[in-house]
Amino acid sequence: MKRLLVGAILSLGAIAILTAAEASAGTLDNVKKKGFVQCGVSQGTTGFSLPDAQNNWTGLDVDFCRAVASAIFGDPTKVKFSPLSAQDRFTALQSGEIDILSRTTTWTMSRDTSMGFLFAGTTFYDGQGFMVRKALGVDSALKLDGAAICVAPGTTTELNLNDYFKAHGMTFKGVVIEDQSQLRQAYDEGRCDVLTTDSSILYSERSALKAPGDHIVLPEVISKEPLGPLVRQGDDAWFNVVKWTYFALLDAEELGIKQSNVEDMKKSDNPEIRRVLGVADAGGAAPGFGPGIGLEEDWVAKIVKGVGNYGEIFARNVGSGTPLNIARGVNALWKDGGLQYAPPIR
Amino acid sequence: MTKDVTAIQGDKVPMWNDPKARALAIQVAVVAILAVAGLVILRNTISNLSRMGQNFGFAFLTKTSGFDIFQALVPYSSESTYARALAVGLLNTALISSLCVVASTMLGFVVGVMRLSKNRLAARIGGIYVEFFRNVPLLLQIFVWYSLIVLQTLPPPRDAYDFLGLSYLSNRGFMVPRPLFGAGSSSGLIGLLVALAAAVMLRRWARRRLEETGRSFPTVAVSLALLALLPMVGLLLAGLPVRLDFPVKTTFNFSGGLVIAPEFIALFLALSIYHATYIAEAVRAGVSAVSRGQTEAAQALGLSPAQALSNVVVPQALRVIIPPLATIYMGVIKNSSLAVAIGYPDLVAVGGTVMNQTGRAIEIVLIWMLVYLSLSLTTSVFMNWFNARMKLVER
Repeated sequence: MKRLLVGAILSLGAIAILTAAEASAGTLDNVKKKGFVQCGVSQGTTGFSLPDAQNNWTGLDVDFCRAVASAIFGDPTKVKFSPLSAQDRFTALQSGEIDILSRTTTWTMSRDTSMGFLFAGTTFYDGQGFMVRKALGVDSALKLDGAAICVAPGTTTELNLNDYFKAHGMTFKGVVIEDQSQLRQAYDEGRCDVLTTDSSILYSERSALKAPGDHIVLPEVISKEPLGPLVRQGDDAWFNVVKWTYFALLDAEELGIKQSNVEDMKKSDNPEIRRVLGVADAGGAAPGFGPGIGLEEDWVAKIVKGVGNYGEIFARNVGSGTPLNIARGVNALWKDGGLQYAPPIR
Repeated sequence: MTKDVTAIQGDKVPMWNDPKARALAIQVAVVAILAVAGLVILRNTISNLSRMGQNFGFAFLTKTSGFDIFQALVPYSSESTYARALAVGLLNTALISSLCVVASTMLGFVVGVMRLSKNRLAARIGGIYVEFFRNVPLLLQIFVWYSLIVLQTLPPPRDAYDFLGLSYLSNRGFMVPRPLFGAGSSSGLIGLLVALAAAVMLRRWARRRLEETGRSFPTVAVSLALLALLPMVGLLLAGLPVRLDFPVKTTFNFSGGLVIAPEFIALFLALSIYHATYIAEAVRAGVSAVSRGQTEAAQALGLSPAQALSNVVVPQALRVIIPPLATIYMGVIKNSSLAVAIGYPDLVAVGGTVMNQTGRAIEIVLIWMLVYLSLSLTTSVFMNWFNARMKLVER
């Protein structure tokens, strides 16, 4: 008994000593220290995040992470990508395995509040659609009563699907598979009649089917899907860097700052362009917006030099020159009648 | 208690040379390290959760799930709670595990005996089967069964194999008539219970008669007949309140009937065939462990080969077979979580969806661990009991 007591006291003492020190730095400092941004992306969605045979990633979501890396390091290659399934993505961000989640993730209230995340903006305004075989002879989502539908688990897509069918008094059989390519394959092999996800992704999924021409996307868009990058709550400095990288991409497009002309633009007489690019005024005083969020003065110039502005990223990955061939539409800048609008850098 | 060495030698030994003090110090160090590790994990989790404005708790389980599950053994819809969704997942895990345990045991015993057979062809086929299926990763086998075999060889619902208009087999699954039990069906259940009790009593009586008179009785056949007939008698007495709901072809699919999903079929085949290889090896080891003299002694007593097998060889072989069998059964339960790869809604698949919707990773993972732990421990307890029963009784 006495020995037990002695043992217990000694153990407690050891615990007290060993647990005394513990500290945690902010994500921005951590990222600067390790020298790269860890970015969560999808396992392969054409136009948004797709690796080639050499593991070079391309896509809109990928380029956003490159923009963040450019802003911090002046080098768009200082990113490491973690391919995540729809189901693993939130746990990966919560646990700190990744610094940003940029994976066609819909901005919803619960994710932005109770789940502990913050969305930095909407890099792509999307909506949910349906793809079916032409042979079925279906021309509207309202004729899908009783259909077997392939859908990824735990997504807003799955919830919207339930709401939509309930609202229209229809039933369906959900085939729920986590892995994206496995899900596509199940649809391709006829396990389900319908594949549903965000419409932009539907086109990219269609291009990966055995016979893309045999499938059509139905006209109905049943939901709002604002897709954007998100970070953990409780780290305002990091949130600011990500959020303002997004705004900088939009402001750069609005001001006509492109990858090709960014150096020339630094000599511009337009005070707004000079301010955005961090060029010192006649008196030699720097604008100070970069240092205000823990970055260099020329952070926007670095972003644009690294990946271009928002319009260039869009055109390169999903625009008219690409297999996806998506029009700017609601994703145009506000002055062109779209929804993309950034507060001024001032 | 052992004699105290230091007490005999006196108190002159310095503390670092005292084996008792050293042992105590090492134990204290180990306990301290383990406790610190646990505490650091706990503190880290709590501080990380509070930094993100998250709290730990299971209140989310009472919220509406909002998603559907295509195979539910209890009533479930998208308006049910998360807790109910997890229960549906648990039941699906239990269903696939128990069916696979039964199927892999039967297949495993057959293959194990085949490998020991004097028939060269049977032994060779058994050997190839074991070596092939045991050495290909299970996940790969599940994918092959699902994507390449079930989905690709079965026709689309329009050209489904039609079994007399009663059942249909297509890549949407196997649609069979579903029995609907109306009021008074409980008499069938009563019949089943009576049959069970009768079978147990019959077995006791037959054993006593065998010991007293030496005459045997076909217990198994009679018990099976009882189990089949008495529930039917019970239902007939109640006026046969059972109706069959047949599957009907619709535009896309089938409605009504009972759907055995392709995911279920693929997972069942993959798990059963894979684990049967391990059971076959355990059976082979068990039978080989019974010395040849036992069979010869049984023959010398005038037992037929079948009697020698069932009364002499198998009871002794079982003592060797049961312990590894328990491990294999736990393997079946745990490997059933690979269901998530092909979308069979087991506990892990459903829990993953709940986790993704609520962000409650720690809570869900805790539930997963607790459930699999208790399933495995229950299996272990049962197998230990069975093992104790099958032990050689020494008189």
